[in-house]
Amino acid sequence: MTTTLSVILRNAAQKYPHQNAIEDPDRGNAVSYAGLATRVLELSQVLGRHGAGPSDRIGICAPKSIAVVAAIFAILEVRAAYVPVDPTAPGARNAGIFADCSVTLVVLAADLLPQLRSAWDGASLEVLEDLGDQLLLVRGVVATNRDAREGGGQSPMDDIAYVLYTSGSTGKPKGVVHTHRSAMSFIDWCSLTFAPTSSDRFSSHAPFHFDLSIFDLYLPASHGATLVLIGDAAGKQPRLLGSVIAREKISIWYSTPSVLRLLSEYGRLDQADFSALRLVLFAGEVFPVKHFRALKQFWPHPEYFNLYGPTETNVCTFHRLPSHIPDGSENPFPIGLPCSGDRAIVVDEQGLEVQRGSEGELLISGGSVMREYWNLPEKTNDAFVADADATHWYKTGDFVTESAADGYIFCGRRDRMVKRRGYRVELGEIEAMLYRHPSVAEAAVIAQPDSDGGLIVTAFLSLATGSRPSLVAMKGFCATHLPSYMIPDRFMYPDALPRTSTDKVDYQRLREFPQ
Amino acid sequence: MTEEEIKATVKDYILTEFLPGENPDSLDDTTPLITGQVLDSIATVRLIAFLEERYRLRIEPDEMNADFLDFLPDIASLVAARQGQS
Repeated sequence: MTTTLSVILRNAAQKYPHQNAIEDPDRGNAVSYAGLATRVLELSQVLGRHGAGPSDRIGICAPKSIAVVAAIFAILEVRAAYVPVDPTAPGARNAGIFADCSVTLVVLAADLLPQLRSAWDGASLEVLEDLGDQLLLVRGVVATNRDAREGGGQSPMDDIAYVLYTSGSTGKPKGVVHTHRSAMSFIDWCSLTFAPTSSDRFSSHAPFHFDLSIFDLYLPASHGATLVLIGDAAGKQPRLLGSVIAREKISIWYSTPSVLRLLSEYGRLDQADFSALRLVLFAGEVFPVKHFRALKQFWPHPEYFNLYGPTETNVCTFHRLPSHIPDGSENPFPIGLPCSGDRAIVVDEQGLEVQRGSEGELLISGGSVMREYWNLPEKTNDAFVADADATHWYKTGDFVTESAADGYIFCGRRDRMVKRRGYRVELGEIEAMLYRHPSVAEAAVIAQPDSDGGLIVTAFLSLATGSRPSLVAMKGFCATHLPSYMIPDRFMYPDALPRTSTDKVDYQRLREFPQ
Repeated sequence: MTEEEIKATVKDYILTEFLPGENPDSLDDTTPLITGQVLDSIATVRLIAFLEERYRLRIEPDEMNADFLDFLPDIASLVAARQGQS
C-alpha cells in the first residue's frame, strides 16, 4: 500500500539509519536518515506547540539547506501542508502568496524578516522561535475554524501535502494543491521507472518552490539514497556546477534543459570525471536538439529522459531518448507516453477525441493530478472536464499529436502561457504588473522564439505621461515586482497599442512590429 | 590597462549584448547590474565568460555574484586587481 510522504522518511530512518540522507556541500555538512528523522520529530513538536496541525498551511521562505528539508518533513509530520516560495522573489509577491493561502506559520530565513514585514500588512509576523541555522518560526495569519479541521476523518493520503504557486494570467499567482496521494502516485512511478538504489546520489538543483523538487525531495528518501543540495550560487554558475556534479559523484541529475545547456556551454565539462552519472532527466521546457547534442558529446554515457507535466499533474508523460540521435534531425523530442497511474487523451475544440496523428489538446486524468487550485473554485472547475464515466480530465492547454512509435509530441499552447528557463510565465501577469508603473497607459506583452531555441519577451507600452523610461529603469522597476525569470527582455513604446475591430489588443500586429 | 578603460570596455559589452538600443547615459557607475536585473543569471554567466576571455584571468566562484559584480566600478576593480596579480 502506498504511504504518505512523511512515512517515507520514517521508513528510511528504520531501514537505512546510517546512510547519508542529505549532503550540503556549500555548508560542508550532512545528515543521516536517523539524524534527519530525529530532527524532524523535534521540529514537528515545535510546530505542534505553536498550534500547527492537520489542514494548516505553513509557509517556507528560505534558501535551500538541510534545516529547510527537515522543516518540510516536519510540516508533513503534523499533517499540515507546506507552501514554499522563492526567497529571492520580491517580498510583496511572497506576502501575497502567503496571504492567499492563509499560512498560519512561516519558516523564514532570519534575514528576510524585515522584507516580509514591510510587505505583508495582514500578518503579525511575531517571532515565535529561533529554529537555529538562521531560520525563524514566525506567526502568519491567525487560524480560524480550528474546530473544523479538515483532516479529522479523512485518510492522511488525502491531506494536502503542498501548495505550489505558479504564474496567474490575471496578475495573481495561483496555488496548485497536491495531496500525499497525488505526490506518491508520481513518486511510485519514478521508483518503477528509474529503479534507484541506496547507493544513488541525487542532485537537488531545482528550488523547493519549483515542482521539479518533488522528485528530489521524496524519491531518494524512498530508497535510502542520498540527496546532494545544490545552492543558489552553484546553481547559477555552470563552471562551479560542473565541478560539483563531478566531485559529488552525482548519479541521477534532474533539471531544466536551460541548466543543461549552460553546463555544456560554460561548464567546462571536458575537464572533469562524470562517470558516476547514470541518469539525466530534464523537464519544464523544450530541449532544442542541437543543445542536447552538444551536451551528449561531453556526457555520452547516461540514459536521458524527457519528463513532461504541468505543475497540476506532477509528471504525466515521459520519453526515453534513443542512444543515437540521427544527424540532421532537429524535431523536438517527444513528450512520450503516460506514466503509470495516469491516462491521456487528445481532444478537439468540441472535446471529442481526435484520430491518432491529428493535433488536439492533451487531457490527463489519474493519480498524479492535482486536487484543485487553492481557493479558486471557478478556475478549478474550468481546468477540468468530466467525461461520460465521470472521469475528471485535467486540460493541460498544450496541443499535441500522437505518433505510434513515440507517443505524444508537443506542438504548442492554447493560451498566453510560456515557459522560461522551465518556469511558467503568464504574459498576462507581466502586463498586470506593468500597469502599476505610473507612466504606463497601456501594456501588452508577447513572447517570440529567438534564433537559438530560446524565447524573447517583449513588452509594448504606450505612455500616459512623461518621457520614455530607459531599459535599465524599466528592468529595475520590474525587478521590484516580479521574479527574475518574468522580466521582459525588451520594451517598445508605440504611441498606442494596435487594436482589433472588437477593440482588443491586436497581438498579431504586435508580432509584426518592427524590432 | 586602467580601471577607467576596463569600465568603458565592460560598459560597451553590456550595452551591445544586453541593452541594444539603450541610451549609453542610462548605464552609469551607480546602475545596479545584477540586483537591478540588467543582467539576469544567464547574462551574468556570459559577462563572466567575456571578462575571463578578454582579460585572460579567472574569476573565482565566490566572486560570481552581486557582491563583486553589481556595479561597473566593482567589475573594473576586480579585473584590475586580478590583472595585477598575473
